[in-house]
Amino acid sequence: MKNTLRQVFRPGKFLAGFIIFAFILLLTVLYPLFNPGDPLAMIGLNNFTKPGTYVSVYDSLNVNRTFVFKLPDAAEKRIGSKLFPEDRETIKDYLTRLGLPEDSIDIDDTHDLMALWWNNYDPANQIGKTIAERRAYTALDNKLAGIFVSEDLEVLQYDPGTDEYVRKKMVTENDYVNVGDVANTIWLPLGTDNFGADMLKKLVSAIGTSLLIGLIAGVVATMIGLLLGLLAGYLGGIADDVIMFFTNLFTVIPGFILLILISYSIDQSRRGATTVAIVIGLTSWVWTTRSVRAQVISLRNRDHVNLSKLSGHSLPRIVVGDILPYIASYVVMAFILQISSAILAEAGLSMLGLGPKTTDTATLGLVMEWSIMKSAAHISGAWWAYYPVIIVIALISFSLNLMNTGLDQIFNPQLRD
Amino acid sequence: MSSEKRELCLSGSGVTKVFGFGDKKTVAVDHVDFDFYTGELISIVGESGSGKTTLVKMLLGLTGVTEGDISFMGQKRDIRTHRKKKEYWKGIQAIFQDPFSSFNIFHKIDSVLLDCINMRGGRRLPKETKIEMMTEACSFVNLKFEELTNKYPFELSGGQMQRLMIARIFLLKPKILLADEPTSMIDACSRATILDMLMDLRRETGMMIIFITHDIGLAYYVSDSVYIMERGRFVEYGSADEVILNPKAEYTKRLLTDVPKIHDPWEFSRNKRYDFRKPPEAADGK
Amino acid sequence: MGKIMMEVNNLSTKYVTRFGEGVYAVNDVSFKVEEGRSLGIAGESGCGKSTLALSLMGYYFAPLHYIQGDILIDGQNISGRKPDDVRKNVLGTEIAYIPQAAMNALNPTRKIIRFIEDVVRAHNPKATKKDIYDLARERFEILNLEPQTLQKHAVELSGGMKQRTVIAVSTILSPKVLIADEPSSALDVTSQKMVIKMIHDLMELGYIKSMIFITHELPLLFNVTDDIMVMYAGQIVEKGSAEQMIFDPVHPYSKGLMGSILVPEGGTRDIKLTAIPGTPPNLKKPPEGCRFAARCKYVKPQCRMTAVSFEDLGNGRGSRCIVPETELREVYGHEQ
Repeated sequence: MKNTLRQVFRPGKFLAGFIIFAFILLLTVLYPLFNPGDPLAMIGLNNFTKPGTYVSVYDSLNVNRTFVFKLPDAAEKRIGSKLFPEDRETIKDYLTRLGLPEDSIDIDDTHDLMALWWNNYDPANQIGKTIAERRAYTALDNKLAGIFVSEDLEVLQYDPGTDEYVRKKMVTENDYVNVGDVANTIWLPLGTDNFGADMLKKLVSAIGTSLLIGLIAGVVATMIGLLLGLLAGYLGGIADDVIMFFTNLFTVIPGFILLILISYSIDQSRRGATTVAIVIGLTSWVWTTRSVRAQVISLRNRDHVNLSKLSGHSLPRIVVGDILPYIASYVVMAFILQISSAILAEAGLSMLGLGPKTTDTATLGLVMEWSIMKSAAHISGAWWAYYPVIIVIALISFSLNLMNTGLDQIFNPQLRD
Repeated sequence: MSSEKRELCLSGSGVTKVFGFGDKKTVAVDHVDFDFYTGELISIVGESGSGKTTLVKMLLGLTGVTEGDISFMGQKRDIRTHRKKKEYWKGIQAIFQDPFSSFNIFHKIDSVLLDCINMRGGRRLPKETKIEMMTEACSFVNLKFEELTNKYPFELSGGQMQRLMIARIFLLKPKILLADEPTSMIDACSRATILDMLMDLRRETGMMIIFITHDIGLAYYVSDSVYIMERGRFVEYGSADEVILNPKAEYTKRLLTDVPKIHDPWEFSRNKRYDFRKPPEAADGK
Repeated sequence: MGKIMMEVNNLSTKYVTRFGEGVYAVNDVSFKVEEGRSLGIAGESGCGKSTLALSLMGYYFAPLHYIQGDILIDGQNISGRKPDDVRKNVLGTEIAYIPQAAMNALNPTRKIIRFIEDVVRAHNPKATKKDIYDLARERFEILNLEPQTLQKHAVELSGGMKQRTVIAVSTILSPKVLIADEPSSALDVTSQKMVIKMIHDLMELGYIKSMIFITHELPLLFNVTDDIMVMYAGQIVEKGSAEQMIFDPVHPYSKGLMGSILVPEGGTRDIKLTAIPGTPPNLKKPPEGCRFAARCKYVKPQCRMTAVSFEDLGNGRGSRCIVPETELREVYGHEQ
């Protein structure tokens, strides 16, 4: 057993395929543990959001102000934002009264405006102004002085247990804040799709479902193919003729067309991933049957089978003990290819709109379908909505085929030592 | 030959095997009659396509008989159920041509021998007795059971595998052994060993051996009677000396002239040949 | 003594397995073949005789690798040349090679004449169809093959006919050496005889100058060749004339091999077959001393110590055994 395993992993091809496949499989198992939740959930972002880290504006700050990170003229803008338009009007009013020409005062230029104020404002020279005006100017002057004193901001986090906002951190206004300290952020490495769902989460979930579809379809196709092939090959005669009649029938009708027809005849509400997988399996057993039959026919006439008969072994024992082990390697290889082709078949079906129902699961085919829907992703330049899916489908197919050729190197007696 | 005293072991009349229907019909074995007696060593000689392998399969009950009857121990053979087949196979066994394909490469060697013990009704014997029996069978064919146990067939050479096949027959002790070209796939040097063992086995158990071969020299060397088969029919049969040294049928004559020889003249030979009984010194005087 | 057509000196080749291990299938082989003579190579399966046949063409492709030695065809060294060079200038005119399954090498969709055109044009690209056809027709008539065969496809011919046709096609340029590796083993005896007749005719008529014939069937070898070499575990263990080898072998291995001959003629039933116990050594790691020592009845302690060289016994004979010839003969005499 140990030797067999060592031999299986010796060829680089198999190992390479295995590593790629194992990585994909591991991703589907581990990612949901770190990032649980419904993969189809629409988060509050727009369609086709770019990949990146997003901070929830509302939840992160208790103040009603835009929180801006890392702007080059942040200080000036911050100050500018605190100087309300009515204040600016008041300053202008004051300066024109002093006799400055009106057109030299630009109320939008915070810097100049404030410079003019400090140069010209004299608290002692309040002649000709009402008390109310004087008070207003004094208040304005105090406010302008206070603008340069930075305020503290609170980072709050909502605690659903107590229904209260709990302070997580205090930051001063002109500080930079660590993204990790901000309460409600979302990391979207692959952005969102047209429904505003997290693309990566959806993709990972889709890989899992698609692999499951491949597995179920592969098992169904291989079991049917193996059983029929064994029966036809070993029994021969009429059994062979009948089975081969149906096999040939299925060979002549293109499998994909059959698949489309069967899928179409099942109502969409009843088309779950499992149903689709079984339908794919039911239409792709033909080649397995044919090749298993051919191999069994050549094995049937081998002397060890004759000898087994002469030793009085029963038919099931001969089939299981003397024929199955010889074709097992071949069947394993066929099974791997079946998985790969089932995943592709599902993708094809879903793109035609005949895949599993769209409301409860994501599959690779469905993700593709959604992203190409009305070419929306392509038009809006949202590469993240379709390239990753294409790459994943190609990688799965590639890794399975690599493993298959790697196994061929092991099982092919010509290449064996 | 006084056939009165001999016990009829396996006989057939009008045994025919046809493959296919209509235009594709091929008659592999065509109304063959034979009477084989207990203890005889018979050779069936035929070239490839003569139908000898099909005949073997019919005799073994591995393939059906299209027409004609086969009788075993004086009674018409009945192998319609699995149980009856099993009973029949206790009396008739075979050694096949290719030792490498005669073994299931996934089963250990022990299982081949254990099957034989089970078939002889030894399923409930204690383990020690079984091992004793297997050891005895292996030592009969000059193999050491201790070295073979827990090994897989591919760890043996062709000659060893064929000897193991004989050990299997030793355990089964059938009345009839069909040896289908048992030496054609093994080296000339191991051939003598295999033949000797078959002869010993025959001496010990008195079994009848039907030797199927394309090698007419080998058939002449080992057998009492020779049957020459051509296109599904026996064209000539009789004692080995009669058939080989004094052939009557055209086919046998042609076969015998075409086989390369070393003492008798051969048409396109480049070499001198020497009388068999002359000492080798005379040959060396070139 | 005729002109030497083929001379091989100390040829060694090996196979390299997938795991990089060397299988030393041909080890230090030397021999000469004179014009008009044929040399037979006998041995059990796996002794390296087919590898030797491949190595003799001077044409090495993976997994077969050249180690050392010279191959001279009519005085011209062909070893160590580039495959393309060998294919163009050696195969066909100098050497023709016929493997066991040669008859299955014919492309079933082409007429036989097309193969002849290929062979001729590989060496003489300017040959016209007419010339080639005339040459082929003449050769086929001389060899008792129907000239109509030229216009047929391989599938229309029986096994024996196909094999004879292949031989006629590959010797169309009258090569100096024909290497035939079990050319008739897959055929029935009547077809085999026809093939042998044809090879015999080719030799007699001088279309092939010399021949190397490889088979495990000793009676056939005796009738086809003038000299016989016996090969064991990649080495030549004995050589001599066909008569000497068949009736009077010296080396214990040849003795055993010749003792296993069975032919359908009077007296066969009286001989006692000799058996050699054991199996040949693993050529990945051949034993230090005599390679036959483990199976030899007459083994002495020193046999296992050092490699045994090939000793010339005179009169065209040679043997690879450290026990002297006289002593061996004495032992054989006692046994009878």
